[in-house]
Amino acid sequence: MSHSGPDVSRPLSPHLQVFRPLITMIMSIVHRVTGAALYFGTILVAWWLVGAASGPAYFDFVNGFFGSFLGRLILFGYTWALVHHLLGGIRHFVWDVGNGFEPETADKMAWANIIGSVILTILIWVVGYAVR
Amino acid sequence: MSGQDFRTPLGKVRGLGSAKEGTGHFVRQRLTGLANVPLILAFIFILIATSGDSHGDVVATLSHPLVAAIMLAVILSGVIHMRLGMQVIIEDYVQGEAAKLVCLAGNTLFAVAIGILSIWAILKISFGG
Repeated sequence: MSHSGPDVSRPLSPHLQVFRPLITMIMSIVHRVTGAALYFGTILVAWWLVGAASGPAYFDFVNGFFGSFLGRLILFGYTWALVHHLLGGIRHFVWDVGNGFEPETADKMAWANIIGSVILTILIWVVGYAVR
Repeated sequence: MSGQDFRTPLGKVRGLGSAKEGTGHFVRQRLTGLANVPLILAFIFILIATSGDSHGDVVATLSHPLVAAIMLAVILSGVIHMRLGMQVIIEDYVQGEAAKLVCLAGNTLFAVAIGILSIWAILKISFGG
């Protein structure tokens, strides 16, 4: 491969900053960000399971963290990321089988993704508190 | 598309394409994603059901064969799915072959570590260790 020096200026293709943000584009980015967040969030799942396997004293410590204000805030965010990524995944399945490519439909699905994720997250927490 | 097919007969039979990996990554990502839909819903249900429970009650719930099987499936399908997803993120953003290789190796080790820790915990609880 031939190497060009750094002094050679080449035209760059337009990138993110030249485009008006579209809801489908934002939801695509959010899908990736929530996926990455869930990736590191699995540490919490493993911690909870290991805590339960380790005995009552350590489990109470783990539960104490999850029950604190910060713990609940993290779990609320985790719930939203999980639901958003799950709904986003379903949106991708619709595309994978060849449907929903019309701009209006794609926009509607993107809005359904964000609105649905907020509603379902609140619903899960309402049910969670109601059954306790 | 028309014109000449430049693939060799062997390449055509292997069907792996220029990335040398075929559709394996794509298919596994979709398959685990599909499995994750009911599994994650069941996982949320289990978490709601055990929230606020004492250690004894949580262990009793998790050691139920159906709950333990669902949790094992959640972990297994989850770590495979997340490893594939993070692989794409690394391949997209990490510049330089050495850094990329290190990140890809770290990705696999992280997914394996989370998987082993979680599965060990579920089995220990199930078998009443």
